[in-house]
Amino acid sequence: MQRYSIVSIARNALTGHRNWQRAWRSPEPKPSYDAVIIGGGGHGLGTAYYLAKEHGLTNIAVLEKGWLGGGNTGRNTTIIRSNYLYDESAALYDHAVKLWEGLSQELNYNTMYSPRGVMMLAHNVHDVQVFKRHIYANRLNGVDNEWLTPEQAKAYCPPLDIRRDARYPVMGAALQRRGGTARHDAVAWGYARGADALGVDIIQNCEVTGIRRDGDKVIGVETMRGYIQAPKVGVVAAGNTTVVMDMAGVRMPLESYPLQALVSEPVKPVFPCVVMSNTVHAYISQSDKGELVIGAGTDQFTSYSQRGGFHIIEHTLEAILELFPVFSRMRMLRQWGGIVDVTPDRSPILAKTPVRGLYVNCGWGTGGFKATPGSAHTFAHTIARDEPHPINAPFTLERFRTGRLIDEAAAAAVAH
Amino acid sequence: MLLIECPFCGPRAETEFHCGGQAHIVRPSNDVDDTAWESYLFIRNNPKGIHAERWVHNHGCGRWFNALRDTVSDRFLAIYAMGEKPPAIDGLEDGNDKR
Repeated sequence: MQRYSIVSIARNALTGHRNWQRAWRSPEPKPSYDAVIIGGGGHGLGTAYYLAKEHGLTNIAVLEKGWLGGGNTGRNTTIIRSNYLYDESAALYDHAVKLWEGLSQELNYNTMYSPRGVMMLAHNVHDVQVFKRHIYANRLNGVDNEWLTPEQAKAYCPPLDIRRDARYPVMGAALQRRGGTARHDAVAWGYARGADALGVDIIQNCEVTGIRRDGDKVIGVETMRGYIQAPKVGVVAAGNTTVVMDMAGVRMPLESYPLQALVSEPVKPVFPCVVMSNTVHAYISQSDKGELVIGAGTDQFTSYSQRGGFHIIEHTLEAILELFPVFSRMRMLRQWGGIVDVTPDRSPILAKTPVRGLYVNCGWGTGGFKATPGSAHTFAHTIARDEPHPINAPFTLERFRTGRLIDEAAAAAVAH
Repeated sequence: MLLIECPFCGPRAETEFHCGGQAHIVRPSNDVDDTAWESYLFIRNNPKGIHAERWVHNHGCGRWFNALRDTVSDRFLAIYAMGEKPPAIDGLEDGNDKR
């Protein structure tokens, strides 16, 4: 792997930047691997990276039906935080935040992790009580989160309107300073480059069409480019997880919904942090390119359309303008949808399945990007050792039978 | 936004409706095992294709009906009454539970 540094930039400048190596190869699929990962998004590529780096499994492949990071990895609003209520969730998401902090150095790839702070607004007494409960729970788990008065919130985020007579007055806010954003594409590309350098085959345009079983164990996958033998298969297919798991005969507690986001025209830096509001259902930040990045809601029905209803955008922008009337003349530049797989308790599944050798990492719903490194790191452990990692152990598939749910109804911090 | 054909009121905007999720789920008797109960509570058909689901025209006549919808194009293929079986259409998964 060609390392990126100021020296390599200078050297390549001398040849007009025409001789940069490709960041990863495009190999033909081999007939057999020690493990196959289905899904070339951040979570899948990260899993392959940690399998190769920490567990020595280098004869592995990532199969992606489209292009790398073309699913939800490239369609989210890039928010990173770990201020979840329950112990299990706080451990998982904070593991991810700790990995985010060193990820650019780890991968020698600038993921542009920017801990600019995630601020959640409280608009009524209920919000105040809920957020304070979150703050105390977070502190017990070693996760930073602090309470701000309206004036402190305004000082942290000057565009905020804290007039008492606003329709949704700001009564305070919870701030996680380590929260922030990262460059979504760079996460997929950085992990892909890192995994490739360790010998992982990344195969794009290779849709899985079947999973072959021998009794209760998996033996390989059928793909559009032929059959690939593998004693271990990790499914990391987000909104398409049900489709893939149906091929293996495993029914999943998942429903897939379109979730939308949109960005404005780029403007000079006006918005210093991430602001979220459950009550008016809005979340917003500004990318380094200058676009306002705005997250919208899901459609009410299951769908694989990657589009989303127009009235959802209207509702979202109404909410944004209630909080930030200053943006009323901004033009929206692009809108898109991603298909999110939602579990009944709004917590992910990172686990073994009833089929031996088949593992699943899914159910991230509307908030999976933030967890990418932690999810990948613990899931690689589960695949390599055929046992749960201490952090992902509670996130089983069986919890829906035993009733041991992790009921993070506020997982996305916006109303569902 | 979808244009949905309410069998009682005619074509109306999606915002007048609420989707009630998968249709034809039957509550099992109380003495079933945990697996059957899990299936009833949590396991849903989530096809990339034709889905049988319930809708209610809650900002109109307030009445429920069933529909077959293609989850790739979001096009409604059939609308039928509560209590009726879905009309025969190629690609429709049968029953509630394949396990």
